[in-house]
Amino acid sequence: MGYLSTDKVKHHFHDVVIIGSGGAGMRCALQLADAGHRVAIITKVLPTRSHTVAAQGGINASLGNVLSDHWQWHMYDTIKGSDYLGDQDAIEYMCRAAPLLVRELEHQGVPFSRLEDGTVYQRPFGGQSREFGEGGQASRTCAAADRTGHAILHTLYQQNLRAGTHFYQEFFALDLITDENGCQGVMAWDIAKGEYHLFQAKAVVLATGGAGRVFKMTTNAHICTGDGGALAVRAGLPVEDMEFFQFHPTGIADVGPLITEAVRGEGGYLLNGDNERFMLRYAPTAGDLASRDVVSRAIALEIREGRGCGPNKDHVLLKLDHLGTELILAKLPNIHELALRFAGVDCTKEPIPVQPTMHYTMGGIPTNRFGEVVSKGADGVEASYPGLYAIGEAACVSVHGANRLGGNSLLEIVVFGRACGNQVLKRLRHHRYHPPLAPDCWQAGMERVEGWLRTAGKQDGLKIAEVRLRMQTIMQDHFSVYRTEAVMAEGVERIEALAAELEHAALSDGSRIFNTELVEALELDHLMALARVTAAGALARTESRGAHARDDYPERDDADWLRHTLAGIRDNKVELDYKPVRMQPMTVPSFPPRKRVY
Amino acid sequence: MAEMIQLSVFRYDPEKGGKPFMQAYEVPVSGPGMKLLDALNYIKWQLDGTLTYRRSCGEGVCGSDGLNINGINGLACITPIAGLKQPIHVRPLPSMEVIRDLVVDMDHFFDQYRQIQPWLQAVTPMPEHERLQSPAQRAELDGQYECILCGCCTTACPSWWWNGDRFLGPATLLQANRWIVDSRDEAMGDRLDQLEDAFRLYRCHQIMNCMEACPKELNPTAAIDNIKRKILARKS
Repeated sequence: MGYLSTDKVKHHFHDVVIIGSGGAGMRCALQLADAGHRVAIITKVLPTRSHTVAAQGGINASLGNVLSDHWQWHMYDTIKGSDYLGDQDAIEYMCRAAPLLVRELEHQGVPFSRLEDGTVYQRPFGGQSREFGEGGQASRTCAAADRTGHAILHTLYQQNLRAGTHFYQEFFALDLITDENGCQGVMAWDIAKGEYHLFQAKAVVLATGGAGRVFKMTTNAHICTGDGGALAVRAGLPVEDMEFFQFHPTGIADVGPLITEAVRGEGGYLLNGDNERFMLRYAPTAGDLASRDVVSRAIALEIREGRGCGPNKDHVLLKLDHLGTELILAKLPNIHELALRFAGVDCTKEPIPVQPTMHYTMGGIPTNRFGEVVSKGADGVEASYPGLYAIGEAACVSVHGANRLGGNSLLEIVVFGRACGNQVLKRLRHHRYHPPLAPDCWQAGMERVEGWLRTAGKQDGLKIAEVRLRMQTIMQDHFSVYRTEAVMAEGVERIEALAAELEHAALSDGSRIFNTELVEALELDHLMALARVTAAGALARTESRGAHARDDYPERDDADWLRHTLAGIRDNKVELDYKPVRMQPMTVPSFPPRKRVY
Repeated sequence: MAEMIQLSVFRYDPEKGGKPFMQAYEVPVSGPGMKLLDALNYIKWQLDGTLTYRRSCGEGVCGSDGLNINGINGLACITPIAGLKQPIHVRPLPSMEVIRDLVVDMDHFFDQYRQIQPWLQAVTPMPEHERLQSPAQRAELDGQYECILCGCCTTACPSWWWNGDRFLGPATLLQANRWIVDSRDEAMGDRLDQLEDAFRLYRCHQIMNCMEACPKELNPTAAIDNIKRKILARKS
């Protein structure tokens, strides 16, 4: 007699299963594999294809290599940048740990750029200050040219090869295995072979990255489909603050690829159609290095008021040719390449056309600063969900609150990847054996794949790509940089109607071997669930905070809205709930909300 | 009517069996900056959902969509349609086992990468702060560390086609050199010992297809040359 009531599912036993092979998952795996545990990374792509690889500008740490710095200044900037929606204990933890983690990355082999004295090169980035906003611009972002994400992801992959982490490549996670004792593992589909695998584990870590593909125009990879958040929602858990999607000020106009904030950190600036440095009007002190939400809104306003560039006046220009060819090729080589390839512009001679583009998912699976997934119990008290963890962009710790600072995402993945690894180690001390599972626990996961495969070849079925494009268009049109009640209410209606239509979608490919249309359909399930909770949460929040900017409620409302949104789907209905922001840091006094000026 | 482009795409379905064949598609031009990946996406999303290929970042940094395009290896997401002779012949990376359509088995490629122990090796105790490296020492890594492991160079190498089971190939050797030239790494002797082999290293005959194929404009041949010189230098 087997453990499971089927022989179609291969049953694996690992100490820990991590879903996702980006920086967060790899850093967490490293912590656990180096401690001698059997760690599996399940990833729907090959390692080094994850979206961490595309991060450009750098990683924040108060090393003080260029200008003296302090982690408390970093903490202040992060809280202010979050528009006070960030949880201050988690932010303190991250900013204190940053120098340690960046030096550790250096020790692991990341090819950071260097200063003359041989230390790690640091550049100014948006939203950074010294002496709690009083001491001018800081220089806090550690960089490997403008390929920092690539350098970090490859280094972490290399370290995992050394440590002997098990990689299950091109496996798609279908369903979390949960019972009254918490999360016990995950069902997965081997994309290449078309086989089912059940990974039983004493801890499951969701490190699946962001959900940028709910929008039509995004800097995110095709694979950023919010899989972890959607798996949590499937398992009956809520996701947190999903209405906060960051629009990066400088995506290449009309095509999307990101032009790093480092361009402005190195001295580039934005120009409108009147050839004016308009950011000086919006942010007299920080100018072009104001926080991303501020710059994106400024660009949107310039375009709305007819001061855009180009024949349609629908973008602005990012000028950097005055920096000189030598600096551009040494510090921003990747930008030079991207601008040439995607905008047809030689940025050593001409400005780059840019527009605000969806870039980062601040929201995600609610966790505490140990990476444990938390939810409200029946008694209304928040408690951790046993055996389930979430880290990186998939999670909402929340260190980014309503708006993330540039350079804090690479930091978050390594800080909380490691912290989560350490917390899992504690759990493993008390959970030595794999408990028996319900023999039928594989069924729900398998049904997801079989259900889609049964639609293959169905006449008059909707195309997966068509439904996805309609969803992305609704999100783009109704939940963009500026939002209003009427537009969002219509958006909620349309997204709910479209979600109901999803069941009429059909595959044209019924194959079991490397069926990428099936993968896109499973991803669409995930995107649709997150689009629904995003839309509902955005409509409900009647204030402007960080990336959530409303024309009809232009002010931040701390009396009513200094709280996190929790949104889940129960009986196919979106349910909203709220929880307070953790205003109390670990050791230092709280930073109370103040008016946000740059 | 939009301008149309003609493609001829390699198809192979392991479930149906039979021989691989080239299938013709016609795709409208979406704009002046259109890339080959845009055309493949158009086919998959509008014309034929069964077409199978890998893609992720769409901007040439993840290395997913290495393909053979009109006989030359490159990344679909950064290869402009304009300038390609039509019909555009799109095939999987050469010499690789095809799983389906344009998707090839990359396991052996990654196994070879693992063989060179591509991680920083040092026995000196870690300093409290970062290991120091001068800008000049760091500049040695430029042209080495940017590799995205797409496989375009290795699968363009005739020596690897013949002896891919034992010859490490340009991508892996470029990465071997990346650690040899890193001033922080202390295992150069061991690394050279591992590489000094008639097959692992010396099957490189400087054909230089790798340099032609690299979408990141890196030069694996020069890196291999540097390894050979290092080995020669320690003999004298």
